[in-house]
Amino acid sequence: MINLPLPLIQILIGLIGILAFVGLNGLVLVYLERKIAGHIQRRPGPFEVGPHGILQPLADAVKLVGKQLITPKGADSVLYWAAPIISFAPAIVCFLPLPFGPKLTNIDINVGLVLILAFTGLNVLALCLAGWSSQNKWSLLGAARDISQSVAYEIPLLLSVLPIMMLSGSLNLYEISTSQGAWPWQWHIIYQPLGFFIFFICILAETNRAPFDLPEAESELTAGFHTEYSGMGFGLFFLAEYSYMIVACAMASILFLGGFNGPIVSGWWWFLFKVYALLIVMIWLRWTYPRVRFDQLLNICWKWLIPLSLINLLVTALFIKL
Amino acid sequence: MMVKKIAQTLTGLWSLVVGLRVTGKNFFQPQITVHYPREKVESIEGYRGHIELVPKDNDPFTARCMACGSCARVCPSGCITLHIKKVTEPAVSAKKEDNSQKPEQNNQKAAPAKKTKTKRVLEAFELNYNYCSLCGLCVQSCPAGGLRFSDNVYLAGFSRKEFEFDLLARMRAQKEGK
Repeated sequence: MINLPLPLIQILIGLIGILAFVGLNGLVLVYLERKIAGHIQRRPGPFEVGPHGILQPLADAVKLVGKQLITPKGADSVLYWAAPIISFAPAIVCFLPLPFGPKLTNIDINVGLVLILAFTGLNVLALCLAGWSSQNKWSLLGAARDISQSVAYEIPLLLSVLPIMMLSGSLNLYEISTSQGAWPWQWHIIYQPLGFFIFFICILAETNRAPFDLPEAESELTAGFHTEYSGMGFGLFFLAEYSYMIVACAMASILFLGGFNGPIVSGWWWFLFKVYALLIVMIWLRWTYPRVRFDQLLNICWKWLIPLSLINLLVTALFIKL
Repeated sequence: MMVKKIAQTLTGLWSLVVGLRVTGKNFFQPQITVHYPREKVESIEGYRGHIELVPKDNDPFTARCMACGSCARVCPSGCITLHIKKVTEPAVSAKKEDNSQKPEQNNQKAAPAKKTKTKRVLEAFELNYNYCSLCGLCVQSCPAGGLRFSDNVYLAGFSRKEFEFDLLARMRAQKEGK
């Protein structure tokens, strides 16, 4: 028997668990998204494959895996196929420091918050490469939009996270979770309602969700940066988008909603409940609001969110010092 | 200025809540679509199929159409072709029964009479449904009220030929079928 060091084994098991979790979540979220969209529009949503269409996402996944991978003429094939992998791989890393439960943290790293913020930033690079290497005007426009959007919204995102770091005095996600109590009035959202509001808007923009889905605006850019991708190239982008949604909602629930702490018995069930509740709100928002125009998108960020988050930060600092 | 801008933003934010309430309410309301092959809608009133000829009230085998051709003229897609035969008949004749079935006989009978009148008789009403945009101008412009929309929801075919109809023959075939 080979003598593997213990942390390596732990990381390997964690990675396998996370990959399974991400894949399963992809299926569940696709189904949820389409069902909620259907019911909001007074129609049943997927209904034919399996009881109430529950096997529909599985059928879609099989279709995507089975499709031919086509590299468009004139595309830079190395960058073109590297892009979906660069988009998906950091999403997996972001799951490692998340404390799912009191004893369910894969890597107890003391800069977990920074790690997640840094690795989610890599997605911009992937989308940029995808748009640039596709040799397609829509892809390029989508990539250009994504970069200016992500760069703009990263600022209020970080500024809304800073007060939480001040309140809990740590960058470790587990310690941030445990610094909050079990009941809703002991959570950070009570002290930081504005911070939560700004954070939630920013994660909508960072994950390219409607109403901020300009990089893949269907009605204007066909599919934006992933217009040319077929089969699992598109599938990976899709999976990455849903993974980032989960990471973002997990961050929101750890930072503002007490993480795995919950009334009666704390545990991973509370964490998953909060994450899914936030995901459902995200889906609900998508099927309610129309897409914003690009100048509106940047106006919201530079004229409202950044000044508000700066004020929020200053006021929090003042109260902590007093 | 500043106060106005903030007030505007607050009303804007409130409208977002209103929007969420609308979609949230709709989420819990019953569906209004049907599962097609298993269920069917009860009423297709207002459905616009291809146009069809309206028969006369007292004679189901004759169309109300008086062959004026205004439908063919007004059609923006040029789908309608009328085949008209000019028939000369005595002005006083009011023979309805063989007007439609034997126009040639009529013609021969009418020829010797001195007091005659030329009448336009519809022989065939060709509709090329391939190019029809269902605008309904033909139905609106018909002075005799001789056109209406059919209600065949399940019309389907494999070739263009199957969408070129002779509406007069179709009307008669339908009546004979009944």
